[in-house]
Formats: sequence, C-alpha cells, structure tokens
Amino acid sequence: MFTTILSIIITLLAAALLAKPMGIYLAKAFDYHVTSLDKVYGPIENVFYKMGGIKKENQSWKQYALSLVLANAFMIVLVYLIFRLQGILPLNPSGIAGMDPALAFNTAISFMTNTNLQHYSGESGLSYFSQMIGILFMMFAAPGTALAVAIAFVRGLSGKTIGNFYVDLIRAITRVLLPISFATAIIFIALGVPQTLEPTITAQTIDGAEQSIARGPVGSFLSIKELGNNGGGFFGVNSAHPFENPNALSNFIQILLMLLLPTAMPFTYGRMAGNAKQGRILFVSMAMIFVVFLGITLTHEFQGNPDLNAMGVQHDQGSMEGKEVRFGTGQSALYSVVTTASETGAVNTMHDTMTPIGGMLVLSNMLLNTVFGGVGAGFINVIMYAMIAVFLSGLMVGRTPEFLGKKIEGKEMKLIAVTMLMHPLLILGASSIALFSPLGTDAISNSGFHGISQVVYEYTSSAANNGSGFEGLGDATPFWNISTGIVMYLGRFFGLVTMLAVAGSLAAKKLVPETVGTFRTDTSLFGTILIGTIFIVGALTFFPTLVLGPVAEYLTMQAGGI
Amino acid sequence: MGNQALKERTSTSKISDQTKRENELNSNANHEFNNKDGNKKMMDKVMIFQAIKESFLKLDPRTMVKNPIMFVVEIGFFITLILSFAPQAFGNSGVEPWFNITVTLILLFTVLFANFAEALAEGRGKAQASSLKQSKKEIMANVVRPNGKIEKLPSAHLRKGDIVIVSQGEMIPGDGEVIEGLASVDESAITGESAPVVKETGGDFNSVTGGTRVVSDEIKVRMTSNPGESFLDRMISLVEGAERQKTPNEIALNTVLTSLTLIFMIVVVTLPFFTKYLGFQLEIPVLIALLVCLIPTTIGGLLSAIGIAGMDRVTQFNVIAMSGKAVEAAGDINTIILDKTGTITFGNRMASDFIPVGDVKNEELSYWTVLSSLKDETPEGRSVIELLKQRGAKIDKKLAESGAFIEFKAETRMSGMDLADGRQVRKGAVEAIKSWVKSQGGQIPVDLDEETNAISKEGGTPLAVAVDNQICGLIYLKDTVKPGMKERFEQLRKMGIKTVMCTGDNPLTAATIAKEAGVDEFIAECKPEDKIDVIKYEQKQGKLVAMTGDGTNDAPALAQADVGLAMNSGTTAAKEAANMVDLDSDPTKIIEVVSIGKQLLMTRGALTTFSIANDIAKYFAIIPAMFMLAIPQMDVLNIMRLDSPLSAILSALIFNAVIIPLLIPLAMKGVTYKPMSSNALLRRNLTIFGLGGVLVPFIGIKMIDILVALFV
Repeated sequence: MFTTILSIIITLLAAALLAKPMGIYLAKAFDYHVTSLDKVYGPIENVFYKMGGIKKENQSWKQYALSLVLANAFMIVLVYLIFRLQGILPLNPSGIAGMDPALAFNTAISFMTNTNLQHYSGESGLSYFSQMIGILFMMFAAPGTALAVAIAFVRGLSGKTIGNFYVDLIRAITRVLLPISFATAIIFIALGVPQTLEPTITAQTIDGAEQSIARGPVGSFLSIKELGNNGGGFFGVNSAHPFENPNALSNFIQILLMLLLPTAMPFTYGRMAGNAKQGRILFVSMAMIFVVFLGITLTHEFQGNPDLNAMGVQHDQGSMEGKEVRFGTGQSALYSVVTTASETGAVNTMHDTMTPIGGMLVLSNMLLNTVFGGVGAGFINVIMYAMIAVFLSGLMVGRTPEFLGKKIEGKEMKLIAVTMLMHPLLILGASSIALFSPLGTDAISNSGFHGISQVVYEYTSSAANNGSGFEGLGDATPFWNISTGIVMYLGRFFGLVTMLAVAGSLAAKKLVPETVGTFRTDTSLFGTILIGTIFIVGALTFFPTLVLGPVAEYLTMQAGGI
Repeated sequence: MGNQALKERTSTSKISDQTKRENELNSNANHEFNNKDGNKKMMDKVMIFQAIKESFLKLDPRTMVKNPIMFVVEIGFFITLILSFAPQAFGNSGVEPWFNITVTLILLFTVLFANFAEALAEGRGKAQASSLKQSKKEIMANVVRPNGKIEKLPSAHLRKGDIVIVSQGEMIPGDGEVIEGLASVDESAITGESAPVVKETGGDFNSVTGGTRVVSDEIKVRMTSNPGESFLDRMISLVEGAERQKTPNEIALNTVLTSLTLIFMIVVVTLPFFTKYLGFQLEIPVLIALLVCLIPTTIGGLLSAIGIAGMDRVTQFNVIAMSGKAVEAAGDINTIILDKTGTITFGNRMASDFIPVGDVKNEELSYWTVLSSLKDETPEGRSVIELLKQRGAKIDKKLAESGAFIEFKAETRMSGMDLADGRQVRKGAVEAIKSWVKSQGGQIPVDLDEETNAISKEGGTPLAVAVDNQICGLIYLKDTVKPGMKERFEQLRKMGIKTVMCTGDNPLTAATIAKEAGVDEFIAECKPEDKIDVIKYEQKQGKLVAMTGDGTNDAPALAQADVGLAMNSGTTAAKEAANMVDLDSDPTKIIEVVSIGKQLLMTRGALTTFSIANDIAKYFAIIPAMFMLAIPQMDVLNIMRLDSPLSAILSALIFNAVIIPLLIPLAMKGVTYKPMSSNALLRRNLTIFGLGGVLVPFIGIKMIDILVALFV
C-alpha cells in the first residue's frame, strides 16, 4: 500500500516537473519571431509549406476557423475512403475487409476529433495501411490541430494577431509531436513493445491448441497515442494488452506522456501572455481538482466492493475486478484518472468494473472537461470557465469584468454561453435518446443504474473527445456509430470555433490598464473562484444524472441491494 | 468677485451637507425606506399599492417574454394551472389535486414577486417625476415682440428664439439664455437648493431653466427650447424610466442567466428519459418545481429592479444620468479630472491675512473688519471672524447689535453695516469699494493697488474694508482645500482611480494645492482645451475618464469624457454635452457617482452569485424527494432531513419564491460599498453572497419545511 502511494506520488511529481519546461518550449515553438528552433526545423517545414502552397501570412479568426474546419473535413473524408477501401488497398497482409459505412463514419470522425472512440477492434478491424496511413496520420493531425487552435486562442487573448492555421499545424507536428513521439517510441520498443509489419502469427500453445497472436507497428503507434491524447489502442483492450503496456515502466512513461502537453499549456499561456503567475495559478487550480479526484478514486478502489468483501473475498489488493495484475489497484486507478483528466482515453483497466464512485470520478473528469483536459481543447475550455469566473467576480468588485486587460462584454458572453450549453446538450440529449429507444437500450449489458452510467459515459467520452469506453456497451451498431459520431464532431469543432471567435473579439479590443481596482486573475483567490465556478456549473448540470447513475448504484450497493 | 462669490456660496452651503451625503451613501440609506415623515409614508403606501397593481398587469405574457427567466416560470405556472383542473391533461398522473394547486399558487407568487420588485423600482422613479411635473406649471410669459411691444402669452405657446422679460418674483417660462441684465434666480424647484444663483448675460452663467423663479432684478431671456423639449421635460422622461434601455453589462449578464436557464431546461427535460429507463415516472409538477428552483429566478426577478434602482440612487443624489450606461461607465472610471476651484478648494474664500493700507494701524483694521463681518454669515465672513479670533482680537458682539446689516448684492458687490452713529462700514471687491469711497469724496491710499496686486499674484483674492470715505485695508482670501478632500482622494486611490487637478494657477501655487489636497497629478495654467488633451491621452491608454465642468468651453471635453458631469448652473452647451447633470452643481459629487456605478454592478454580481449558490441546497431538497419513492436509498441524500418528499419540494419552491421579496430592499439599496482593494472587496462579497448563498437556503428550506410539515 505504502509503495503504491509512493509510486503514484513519484509519477505525479515527475509529471509536474516536466510541465513548465515543456510549456516554455511550446511557447518558443510557436513564436513567429526568429528563434533557434527555426534553424533545426525551418528547412523541413519549408518543404511542407512549398508542397501545400502555404503562404505564411496572418489570418483573421474567421479565416483561421475556416481553415481549421475545412482542413479537418478534408481529412475526415480522405480517411473515411481509406477505411472503406482498405480491403483492396496495399499493406493488408491479414486480408482484412473494408469497413461498413457507419463504422467508417464513426472511426474517421473519432480519430479526427482526437477522441479515438473505437467501435472496432484494432487487430482485426484495420489493415496495416489503415493503421499507418489513416489512423496514425490522424493521431498526429488531430492533436496538432487542437494545439494550433489553443496557441491561436492564447495569441488572441494576449492581444496578438491570431496567426496562420497551416503554419501552426505543421509546427505542432514537426516541433512537438514528431520529435517527442519518435524518442519515446524507441523507449517503448526497448521495453518490449512490438514494431513490425509482419502479419499476425499463429502459435502452438502447450496443450496443443492454436493461438493467433496479433502484432504490428505498435511502438510508433503507442507513443503518439499517449502524447497526442489520442488514446485509441492498437489492440482492442488498449494499454491493458501486454504488447501495448508491458510493464510498470512503460505504464509510468505512458502516464507522463498523457499529462505532458495538457499540463504544459498553462505555462505556455503564462509565457505568451507575459504573466507567468497567471499560468501557474491555472496549473495549480487544475492540479488541485486532479489530486482530490484521484484521492477519492483511490480510496474507493482500495475499499472494494462491499458485496464481495462480505462474501469473504480477499480484498487486500482493493477492487481488482477488471484490472491487470501487473499494475494493481493503485496504478490502474491512477491511469484511469489520468486518462480521463487528459481526455486521452487510453485504458489499462476496464472502467466499467471500477467501483461506482471511482467510475463516477473518471466520468466527472470528462463531464467537467477542465481538469487539464485534452491537448489544446481542454485548455481552451479552462479559459472559458475562467472567463465566466472573471465575469461574476468582476461584477462583484463593481467593474465591468476584464480578463488579461480586455473587457468581457455581451458579445463574448454570448459566445461563451452557447459553448457552455453544447456540452450538456450533447451528453444529456444523446443519452436520453439512447435510453428512450430500444436502439440504444439494447446495447446496455447491465440494466438499472449501471446501464445509465454506461450510456452517459459513452456520450460524455464522445463529447469530451476522450474516447475511452465504459465497455460493457454493445456499441458496434449503426445507431451508436452515427450518434456518437455526431456528438464527437460537435463536441470538438463547435467549441473550437466559438472560442476562436472570442479570442478574435478580444484581440480587437483596447487594453485596459491595470490598477488596484482591477480584479487580478493571477491570485490564489482567483484560483479558488475558478475551481468553485467549474464545480458549481458542472455539478449543477450533471448532479441529477450522477445521482441516477453511479450514486444510486453506490447507495443501493451500500445497502446491499444489488 | 460678484456672482462668482455668490455662485460659490450656493455650493458651499451644500458642502457642509457633504458629510451627511456620504453617510447616506455608506449606509445606503434610502429616502423612502428611512423616512419617518408621515407624508412620505403615505406616498409609500400609495406607491406599494400601485406596484401591486402593476405586478398583476405585468403578468401579460407579451410583457413577460422580455424577461426569459421569469417567462419560463410563467409557462410553468400555466401548465400547473391546467393540471390543477385537469390532472390527466398530459398523461397519467398520480399527483393529488391540492399539490398541483399549491405549486400553481407558489409559481404565481414567484412571478408576482418579481414583477412587484420591478414595479416598485419603476414607481419610485415615477413618484420623483410627478414631483418634477408639479414645477411645470403653466406660466404667463411677457414676450417681447420685434416691434418692441410686450405681449402676455402662456408658456406653452413659446417657441425657440422668443424673447421674454422676467422680473423679480416671476417664474422663468422656459429654458433659455440671458441676453440682457443680471438677476438672482431661485432654482430650488429643480435643485432643491434654496440659496439663489446669479444669472447674467454672457459668460458661463447665462443659462436659465424653465420653472425657476427670479428673486431679484430683471432679465431678458431668449428661449432655447420649444415646449416639451425643455430640460425639465427631458428630466421627467428620464426619471420616469420611459427611455430606459438595457445597459451593455445587463445584456451580458442576461446572456449568462439565459444560458444557465437553458442548461437547466436541458437537465430537467432529459431527466424523465433517464427515470423511464429505470422504470419510474416523474410527475410534471415536480419537474416544473425542480426547473423553477434551479433557474436563477432570484437574480432574474430582481435584475431590472437593480438597474432602475441604481439610476434612482443617482437621481436621489440630485444627479440626472442621461443613461444607465453612463452610470455603469462611472463604476469603471480610471481617471477623474477635477477643476481646482470650487471642487477641490473653496475657491479663494478663506481669510488668511489682514493687510492695512495707508496709515491705518493693525488694531484699527481689525476693529472695522470685525464690524464688517460680524453679521455676515457667508463663509468668507465667518472665516474673517474665525481668523481674527485666532489672532487674539477681542470680538464684542454688542458692537454690531446697534447696526443694520447691509446684505451682499450682485449689483453692489459688497456687504457691510450701517452703524447707529451713522457711520457705514463696507467690505467687498476692491474695485467696488474704491468707487464707493470715491463717491463719498474719499482718497485711495497709494499702496492699495500695490498690495492688491501682490495678493492676486500669489493666487489669492483681496477684499477691501472701508469705513465711510476711508479704505482701511485688505483681507487676503486664500484658496483653501475643502475639509475631507484628502481622505476622499485617498479613497479614490484605494479604488484604483487617479485624480488629476486642473487649475489656471501658476505651477508653484498649483503644486502647493495639489500636495495639500493629495491629488495624484495636476495641470497648472490649464486652459479648457488642455482638458480635452488630457482626456484623449488617458483614453488612448485604455482608461475611462470622468470629468466635471460647467462652461461652454468645457463642452467638448465633457463630450469626450466617458462620464461627463455638467453642473446645472452651467451653460446649456455643457449640459447637452455631458451624460450627467448635477442639479446641485457640486462637482465633488462625481466621486459618489463612481461609487453608485460600482455599487450597481456589485449588486448584480452579488445577487447572481447568491442565486446560483442557492441551487446546491435546492438540489439536496428536491433530488432525493423526486427519486425517493423509486429508490428508497436516496434518503441518504436528504441531508436536511426534510419531512416528506412533497413537503421538501414545496419548501424549496416556497423558499425560491419568498427570497425575491426578501431581497428587494437589498436590490433597491444596493450592496454596501466601501472603497477598498478589489481583492478585499471580492473576498468580502464572496463570503457574504457566495458562502451565504450556499448556507442560507439550507436553513431557510429546513425552517419552511417544519411549517409546511404541519399541513402536508
């Protein structure tokens, strides 16, 4: 128990130590002034610019948003076609057939939105061509897109010009995602993760049975899966599979990679906005929610299931149902909280089998979508809540609210209001349709409160672009493919576009000088208010749902009612 | 000095009221709320009665739809109303009729309470407007025709450009400019200030307002407005709230509140799908109760009342704001530009020295100065006696008893006393005294002009003292910083507001006064054009600037400033350019206006926070109650231990309704504002309204539940 806690603390400390240098590196990587990085990456990037016919000129927020939506739409269509036609495309040694339309629709959107909700099983549903050209390509492009938008958003907030989408996207890939994922891929391969283009092999087990062992270019896939907060597994069971997460060290590195970019963003922001303290406050606020959520999850996972405990099942290890023995309760719970906080969606344990309250907290990470959140997108969401907090507290000190010296007025609040509305609308709206229709309810494997959790989890994971499944849900049907596809698409691009509009609007505003009368947003008081706002808005929105799902399950379980 | 002195006299008498006014602001005392006056109470009763009537009239859905939050409540009311009569109207329902009826009634009252708050705030504006209307009586005007004939015409027939003659005791028939003559005018009908103001042709004191009375002399006035467009007319419509538009901040807040309302609608509308899957049905009145409790009805119901009351508070300070936007902008002010004279200092008023002229001795000068000022109740007069006392001069009140006091007149520009023995003592402007002495055949001492110039050069004002045909000496009146100004600038600094003093003085004098008053910056030898440059410079840095002014040459700067406060005594041009007019013509009021602007925003923020924080307790009341029948274990969440599911729902709903009228006084008075740093202010308000907002409903709902349980 003690060593488990110690290993968790060491992991988190390592993540925290990496955040600031990474944040500063990001700020430098996207700086349009000439930096030392230009020498290294400039030549490669220039090749891309020439190939794509990209002019390095500033865009308005509208042009930026249009480029974002169009480029992504193009990629979705391209990858959709690859999935449909993979049967006749090369690099298909295992002879996997083309995907059906609804599944291809879902999968293309899923990977382009950085969700990586997988309604297929990687080893049997995709050819190597699909894996490498379709999936792997999008696993770079999707986080690259979000990172680019987040940087553009911060530029707008700090009164700079928004920038150029294509330049930002290419820089995100060349300067951030590629180098780091290349380096870590080598480490993973060294730790025993396969990297091969050979087909599935067949082995003879000791008792003579034949066993097919899936393999492939897992190492290169794995590093970007975690770094880009993608989360889609090469194998169906994701990082619970020994080839995708062989040991404690690979587990440790995966956690660091998942947290690397989300935790770096506040520092990037602090650097770019010229107020390091402001970035630190955001980091600490998010870290505090994270630690509390982790604490509660660990407590409940270690307590285990009262029903099983009552039966006399040995529970020193905590609730081990659905967990890998090589990670144990502690590391599994940590991984679950990290993967949902960072909206990665990789799993090393099945969230469906977590205790009700543990499951509720990983669900809450996605409902709030602000406990660090996915690369770029999560941070934008945090700033949105910060603006709401600023608006309310600004009023309370008797001034028109200001954020980074820009007045927040009717126009910004309108954009924020519709953005804020989208998340509950997608989750609760889609969940009610699924719970109402047999098309949805037929997929539920456990009826009752747990069934509600399964459905809500699926849509929350889609809307927050997390991608992990609660599992246990038979979601490989056209209904689920199409509905989650729509939820993922809106959950991703609606907010990115509206918040770019906010940044554009703020960038055009006059800077208000700071006085003692200004409400400062770089104080611990503001951090507290931010946490309060996130909780009150989030909790008020989802309280009834959580009560009917995990809380009801927990209460009835405590009362021995299941 | 003449009318200058008179004008300042008018404003000084109010400066003594300043402390009183500050107290009013700090304690947020409200005239209507605190007034013990029986007459006022009667008016209150009428007003409340009127507001109750209005709150029913406002139930009209066409009116309600303007307030989306309360409109949702009203729709809920209509649905439960139908259910009260036809319980099965929307499908099977196991709810007892009395529950439907009770919910319907509570919802009705929720809407009525919100309407009442708005109507009450509006009513107070209307009451003020009607008192203004009383001064808009029909006046007979003496119109001078081009042929020189004088014709009597009712004021309603006057047109722009008409010339009228107004003599002592007559009312000025409309807004205009003095084109001939000089008179003191009693403007108390508009300003509530009894001391008359001098109006004369040319310069900055030539504008007169309709409905004011000439108390001395006679003036010729050219009308500057047509009937119905006068300043009074505009004031009436502003105060009545007829022109009220939503302010930018109100719109932004409304967006947030509407968005929250929509979120909760999503929550409540989707909930039955969840429970249906679990195999139980939620009753429609219960869902409506949940929705109404969750949406921010408290702030939604009080929002417009807060806005109206904010404007009203400004009006009660005798400042007319042309728009709510101006009041809001006042709360955001970064820089205030103030004139030195009359604003920061009394304006060359307090005696600081006595200078004998000719061969007059000090003692002799003192003797006559005492006599000249003993009955003079003006600040100058009092300051003279005060200084003499300080210097140890014996003051024998008997001296003056036998004499007859000669009052200051705009025409003579001096005051004094005619003694019983026939001797005349006078004190006044040097030129006036000189000609008075000369007219009696007296000599002017050779050193008089020299001493006079010396005083003027130092920025002071000389007053001459004479007895019969002899000039005894000069009183040196020096600019003195008004008491309490230093503290007020200190407060402004705490609020993060920079003060800039503008003065025509030379840099040396300006620096002395600036230091004495504690302003942050000053501009010496300032011309009116300089002010506009300062404003533009500050605005370029993104700052919001407020300024006060009264002259025509102030008008461009007043228009440029974000908050321009014009003095009612000032010219029409200044008043037109400004977005606020101070009826008392007291420039220091800008500071109060800033406080009121801040208070307005704070009240909105505080009640919004309170309203949202309340939801936590309401959830804990209603959610377990809703689910308890189907899921008995939910009882654990009933942390308030409410009596029964039905009483829990009703208690939360009743709390939600009654909190609106309970908070009306706060909405009207505004949250207490004391200048302090924004962080301290936020911490304080968060504790009261955030933490309080979480805790109060737990206690309130529990208490209501105890009562409700007696009946349910």
